[in-house]
Amino acid sequence: MLEAPLVIEYPFNRTTGPVIGAFLTGLREQRVLGIRGVDGRVVCPPVEYDPQTSEPLTEMVEVGAEGTVTSWSRVTTPRDGQPLGGAHTLALIRLDGADTSMLHVVDGEVVTGDRVRIRWADEREGLITDIAAFEPVEGGV
Amino acid sequence: MAPQRDVAIVAFAQTDHRRAVPERNEVELIQPVIRQALDQVGATIADIGFTCSGSSDYLAGQAFSFVMTLDAVGAFPPIQESHVEMDGAWALYEAWLKIQAGHADTALVYGYSKASPGDLPRVLSRQLDPYYYGPLWPDSVALAGLQARAMIDAGLIDEAEMAAIAHRSREAARGNPHAQLRGSDPLDELLAAPYLSDPLRRHDCPPITDGGAAVVLAAGDRAREWSKRPAWIRGIDHRIDSHNLGARDLTVSPSASLAAAKAGVSEGKVDVAELHAPFTHQEKILATALGLGDSTVLNPSGGALAANPMMAAGLIRLGEVFRRIEDGEADRGVAHATSGHLLQQNFVAVLEGDPR
Amino acid sequence: MPPADNDRQVTPFPAGLWEQPQPVVPAAVAEVAEPVQRIRVPASMLYRYTPGAAPSRFLRGLRDKRILGEKDPVNGDVYVPPRGMSPVVGLPTTEQVELPDRGTLAAFCIVHIGFGVNAPPTPFVSALVLIDGAAVSVYGTLLDIPIEEVRIGMRVQAVWAPDEELTTSFENIRYWKPLDEPDVAPELLKGHM
Repeated sequence: MLEAPLVIEYPFNRTTGPVIGAFLTGLREQRVLGIRGVDGRVVCPPVEYDPQTSEPLTEMVEVGAEGTVTSWSRVTTPRDGQPLGGAHTLALIRLDGADTSMLHVVDGEVVTGDRVRIRWADEREGLITDIAAFEPVEGGV
Repeated sequence: MAPQRDVAIVAFAQTDHRRAVPERNEVELIQPVIRQALDQVGATIADIGFTCSGSSDYLAGQAFSFVMTLDAVGAFPPIQESHVEMDGAWALYEAWLKIQAGHADTALVYGYSKASPGDLPRVLSRQLDPYYYGPLWPDSVALAGLQARAMIDAGLIDEAEMAAIAHRSREAARGNPHAQLRGSDPLDELLAAPYLSDPLRRHDCPPITDGGAAVVLAAGDRAREWSKRPAWIRGIDHRIDSHNLGARDLTVSPSASLAAAKAGVSEGKVDVAELHAPFTHQEKILATALGLGDSTVLNPSGGALAANPMMAAGLIRLGEVFRRIEDGEADRGVAHATSGHLLQQNFVAVLEGDPR
Repeated sequence: MPPADNDRQVTPFPAGLWEQPQPVVPAAVAEVAEPVQRIRVPASMLYRYTPGAAPSRFLRGLRDKRILGEKDPVNGDVYVPPRGMSPVVGLPTTEQVELPDRGTLAAFCIVHIGFGVNAPPTPFVSALVLIDGAAVSVYGTLLDIPIEEVRIGMRVQAVWAPDEELTTSFENIRYWKPLDEPDVAPELLKGHM
């Protein structure tokens, strides 16, 4: 049977808009921003419009660099492009001061309710991967 | 939306689903299925008012895949045609609307994919938000694991119940000659297997499949001419939940509940339900959202756990319910389709045969 | 009387729909230089491509410098390169037909901005060649002729890769060159362009 390798590449260069742009700028500065929804809850990562009412949101607030695991799944077969080269935990993490969860990876094994904190990338350029990973907080609950 | 015209599924065909069909390209894969569906009603493409397909170029890495597969239809002289980058169930919805609007009386709908050329769990990550999720390349199995974990944490399911869903589905697929996975190892062996992405084991996940399916829709008297017992579409609806996984309660599916209510699922008995639940725990979410009880036979075909051709597995659910109504095994049934990660989008249709 | 053109009655967008208010950003972030406005997020995916039955037959023929079209089972049209199906009748093509490596220029375009690693130096002529006996034309490059002399209907001949470089690739036909034969009248190319 004939077969050949085929690589498809998309060189995406995306504009962020002001809300995502502010969030990514914050990551570059080692700060995490959320945005306050109409009901007062803080959505992090931030969105431009209220998830319930679609009203434009404008009040960006800083949240913590530590948070709580709200769900997790262990990844033992890492794939190209994932933040950590080896086994890791994919997790939803609710940062302190936020009311929604962020998707990222944890370097290590954690379970729901565990405390984790951001490990910043050494070189940051304004991407979600400026967070190199989360890591468990020793002794923290 | 309440139907203005009586429209029914009158024919259904599908491939014999396999892990990989490297010897055929996509048009060679889907053409026999399209032909079988048309042959079931004795129609040619000239008898079809509207054609709509569901496919995605990302899966096989084939640019303009849907244009190439139109060669299987016989699209000259030019036909009225459309395409959705979604499961064929959504193509069926567009075709149904076209018939409701009076622009056509008949329609051919198909969906297909070859997932085998690429790394499917990685390819599917391209469906996600490109700012917050895409750069992390989260694979589809690990994402589903987050949802299963949330259900387990909430006490809504456990690993034994998940294994039982896998076991029941694949044992049911023994009666489905088109299924890819037919039969299951015993429950204790399933639970002794290692995790693929904790809390999911291999049996909790759908197979990767190359395959496709086609159905024919017809309105009114034409439907009665073309089928001994058409499966009338009594209600149909689709809804979407937020793409923001971290803002959702992953243990429930408000979009499936609302689609089911709008489609009128609870307005009569449900003899059979075919739910497009790629992962075991998702069947539980959906059966709950649709309000299905013990009197309903769930996924007698084996469902997506027995064969999961992307862009077709939802359309197949409609076909499987149609076939049981046409054969007289059921009088009223529900078909569900999903699209995106973690049941993001949900489609529900209620199908019913004429009284016997 | 033409039908009413209802599709053209477009409802205007509500005022402000495309206006997004500027968010109020904490000073620690708002006051930094060069805020992020764009991100580069390239995506690369590797596939193992298999061409299917009919294209495989065609590509194997090319390895032997043979051009194998496939015939529509109903109306006899020969498709090259074959994809396995007659797009007119929607039925598989199964009968192979060997075609010569000559044809007629059905259409052309002079390319001034090249792209891709294998593109010839600009300007060059990209061509649709109707191979003798085929119902549809193939894409290629026309060289060995001054650009101002290129014309629809001129006869052309395939230039093959050296034997030791032949593979199962359409790139075995390196380019097309003029063939010293009388032009074909353009009206004979109707329906094949």
